[in-house]
Amino acid sequence: MADISLSEAEKRYIVDGVKLGIRVDGRERLDYRQLEIETGLVSTANGSARVRLGCTDVLITVKMEMEPPPPQQPNDGQIHFFVNCSANAAPEFEGRGGEDLATSLSAMLDRLYSSPLSLDTSRLCVVPGKHVKVLYVDVEILECGGNLFDTVSLGVKAALWATRMPRIYITGEDGGELEFMVSDNPQEVDRVDVSNAPILITHLRITENLTVIDPTPEEECCGPVQVVVGVTPKGLITTTQQLGAGTFAPQTLSASLKMEVCGKEGREVMLMCYGEKAEKRRNKVLSFMDRKRKKWCLCTGVRIGREFDCFLSVLRTKWVTSLC
Amino acid sequence: MAACMVKEPGLTGDVRRVQAMVGVQGTAHPRLVTPGEVISQDTSFMRGHGTYMEKGVQVASVAGYVTRVNRLITVTPLRQMYQGAVGDTVVGRITKVQTNRWKVDVNSRLDAELRLSNIQLPGGEQRRSNVEDERDMRALLTEGDLVCVEVQKICDDGLLRLAARNIKFGKLSQGTLLAVSPSLIVQDKQRMHDLPCGARVVFGANGYVYITPTVPQEQASTYIVNFEEVPVEVRKTIGRLKNCIKLLAHHSIMISPTSVMTAFDTSIEQEFEIKDLLKPDVMQDVALATVQSMNE
Repeated sequence: MADISLSEAEKRYIVDGVKLGIRVDGRERLDYRQLEIETGLVSTANGSARVRLGCTDVLITVKMEMEPPPPQQPNDGQIHFFVNCSANAAPEFEGRGGEDLATSLSAMLDRLYSSPLSLDTSRLCVVPGKHVKVLYVDVEILECGGNLFDTVSLGVKAALWATRMPRIYITGEDGGELEFMVSDNPQEVDRVDVSNAPILITHLRITENLTVIDPTPEEECCGPVQVVVGVTPKGLITTTQQLGAGTFAPQTLSASLKMEVCGKEGREVMLMCYGEKAEKRRNKVLSFMDRKRKKWCLCTGVRIGREFDCFLSVLRTKWVTSLC
Repeated sequence: MAACMVKEPGLTGDVRRVQAMVGVQGTAHPRLVTPGEVISQDTSFMRGHGTYMEKGVQVASVAGYVTRVNRLITVTPLRQMYQGAVGDTVVGRITKVQTNRWKVDVNSRLDAELRLSNIQLPGGEQRRSNVEDERDMRALLTEGDLVCVEVQKICDDGLLRLAARNIKFGKLSQGTLLAVSPSLIVQDKQRMHDLPCGARVVFGANGYVYITPTVPQEQASTYIVNFEEVPVEVRKTIGRLKNCIKLLAHHSIMISPTSVMTAFDTSIEQEFEIKDLLKPDVMQDVALATVQSMNE
């Protein structure tokens, strides 16, 4: 991530703050910054999303292509991820500086969506063995303001949700080759089922046994080791990765994973309800904020409004007992 | 755990910036010009900064407001990089340690220079620096340290020469730094303010604002940092101040001790939590309230 230098005094202030439970900007350890998600920006792509989390800004586009499948998986569609760290995002991304981060992010996303439980790729199959839909997901990092992995995963989920693929009809056979017709009707679109799509959550270890979620660049400077976990709405962990030079004690790791499943719900519910509501109004920016007069509270899991009835199951937390 | 709700009406894109205009240079409505706009057809005016002559008329070269002093017309840009002025107090971060000077990032085009001969050496008494001092430079100030210094001289190419010859200048201890546009900082003789809420704020003229807990008494040597743990109450004050300054900067309101304290008091009166001040609608509410109370 962006390298900024801090004085020892500033680092000490940040670390002590985490120990006392109050971060520099007043957030608690598990609080996220202001999140904004916008879809439908790029009209030339099948799906697109822009996510802003605090200062971090990413743009995701999804394009669909029809291709012959690899022989090992003849009945499944595919997803390919490509990440580009724009030189505008941070000074060290100039030239080829952002390549390492880009490759690690793409690899992370590949692993995140590798499980068939997260995304059912068999639905992307058109003609088994001959033609499958391939989704090319392009991630552009516009501004790097801490917590890149979370933002990118949220954007990918939003972009996949917003993807509209025109329906493909098989019209006939001509000498062994199938003929296709792509529907022109804007109402006849296929969507990607992202109800189980996972998102990444980063836990940065600042000091012994204490991790923070959604770190700012200053906090990332204080605690170089972080664990990134990909979690689905049902509480399944699809991928984990430890980044940075440092150690994670077993109890810290398991504690953060438990928080993981809890904390992830917040984002999951947001995205799902965003999905429900935004059916009627696309292309709009929905921002997620807490308000003193909030109607429901995730922490206690009570009093859910009628729109969120379907998420009752999500709120019943299932602790993940083993990881390794 | 974060509890959240989708914001129903209005979109974030609709949260407008607050119209501030809290008195610029004493005039109610300064004349704003954009680059290329003709300022005056009169050739008898002297051309100051931000203007040039084109085909006999005076044209603005920057976007800003026009000031006229007798026969001199200048256009002062609304936002620009910190140019530097002799005597300004700035907050800077050490980027390099060189032979007998430090390079300091002061939010300007070039990194400024702080010479070893221009700082007050530890030990109290005035003395010339010797070879041991040169070798021990890192013990005083190392890369990443924050310092509060004074601009001594501006070289021809824009390089700033800094000095820390006074007891009040030197290394800054625990706290948090915030970068805003230097044009938003109000001109003030005194840059370091001990605010009544219990924190000390250094409003650097270069846009770097540093918030620290109040130091009870001056230390003999300002190069030893106090690593004592800062209590939670003070942290809350500092966090709230930081978010207030951020929201003032976001809405282009001039930052001065008065405006910051007004925003701080407003946020307490309206019972916003510190982390609520990071949200756009809350930011707009507090900014509007601040502008209103300052205009009264």
